[in-house]
Amino acid sequence: MSQPTTSYTVMFAAGICLICSLFVSGAAVALKDRQDANKVLDKQKKVLAVAGLIEEGASPTATEVDAIFAEKISARVVDMKTKAEVSDPSFDFKGYDAIKASKDPATSIEVAPNKAKVGRLPARQIVYCVKEGAGCAQYIFPVEGKGLWSTMYGFLSLEKDLSTVKGITFYAHGETPGLGGEVDNQGWKALWPGRKVYKDDGSVALKVVKGKAGDVASDPHRVDGLAGATLTSNGVTYLVDFWLGPDGFKSYIDNLKSGSAG
Amino acid sequence: MSASPGILNKQQREALIDPLFNNNPIALQILGICSALAVTTKMETALVMSLGLTVVTAFSNLVISLLRNYIPASIRIVVQLTVIASLVIVTDQVLKAFVFDVSKQLSVFVGLIITNCIVMGRAEAYAMANPPAASFLDGIGNGLGYSLVLISVSFIRELLGSGKLLGFSVLKLTTEGGWYTSNGLMLLAPGAFFLIGSIIWALRTWKPEQVEAE
Repeated sequence: MSQPTTSYTVMFAAGICLICSLFVSGAAVALKDRQDANKVLDKQKKVLAVAGLIEEGASPTATEVDAIFAEKISARVVDMKTKAEVSDPSFDFKGYDAIKASKDPATSIEVAPNKAKVGRLPARQIVYCVKEGAGCAQYIFPVEGKGLWSTMYGFLSLEKDLSTVKGITFYAHGETPGLGGEVDNQGWKALWPGRKVYKDDGSVALKVVKGKAGDVASDPHRVDGLAGATLTSNGVTYLVDFWLGPDGFKSYIDNLKSGSAG
Repeated sequence: MSASPGILNKQQREALIDPLFNNNPIALQILGICSALAVTTKMETALVMSLGLTVVTAFSNLVISLLRNYIPASIRIVVQLTVIASLVIVTDQVLKAFVFDVSKQLSVFVGLIITNCIVMGRAEAYAMANPPAASFLDGIGNGLGYSLVLISVSFIRELLGSGKLLGFSVLKLTTEGGWYTSNGLMLLAPGAFFLIGSIIWALRTWKPEQVEAE
């Protein structure tokens, strides 16, 4: 075709952009509900996996996950300011997004500078309890902290003594695949169960060390480091320290302990 | 130049079949190597990636071909990219909605289809000069040519690297009490380089006319 005029070129570009943007935003809006449902399901699966109720990587359907949740899990809301459980029957456990909440000043609280580089805490966090009779067999805490590149989000599950690790998992991170990305490696995560978080004086002692740690019985407070990923390993140490320490769930855990003792 | 019902004319047949062996985008045109290394450790991701790329290439070719007489030459690359990027974003959204786990594993690579040279290469080299039906088939053909290499490579990598096919154990690994010691090289990017190199070698032995003149 002959050389088009400038106004034709501009109009053409604008038209293409308009049509394409309608197409993209239409798809995004139409698929949003499904995507959100997938994200919620993925997180629920991680909760069940860290509790050992389903195999990691298994793909149960949404109905199965809901059924296991209803039967085995009771979710509790913890106010991160007072570190106390709050009862709020209208709380939307499935839809609540702690990450989003921590970004909004209205639904989050400030926290002192810390090594896990957590900037703000969501005002409320969900702690999951794996039911056993009237009490809990396990408590599952949300954790997050900076690795080398990214914020790592995961869950840490403690046995009912509230010090022995039952499992750990990360559901979102952007660490280097093959190095820091191994935080999500089955073999490495299998090193965690049985380790003890707290020392006798109540301080958090659990650390990811450089190199090898001993077995669970002889070396309960240390976990093997990830080879080639010292900064990610340190990040995991810091996030455990933060979330199970005084800024995180420490006093909530102490309350649970004294509650179950008395 | 429309096809008689049910039968493709010669141009359309060539557009569809040629990219499989005679003009394979990876093996001959050496395009799309980046993603061919990245997503082929497992067959499942390779299959989804193949499907995504085939759909994107086919529809970008179709759209570009329909517009080819109206696109001002001075902004044609920008227009092509806009169309391709939109298709890729929608593909990514669909994967997130329907196969969430796979889309998590593919992570950035679906988005990177935008920069996959096959898509833009075909839009610029074929769709800008050919009618819509043939362009659509050319897109499918090139997508299939890419898929063929991706699936072959991922078949070998998953089998030798982790003893599995599509996630099912085929060779029982020593770490799980079996007899097969996995080949770690296959799980790393160089493994894919060697395999793609071997495929190109085999293809050029079979079809010597593909060897570049010195």
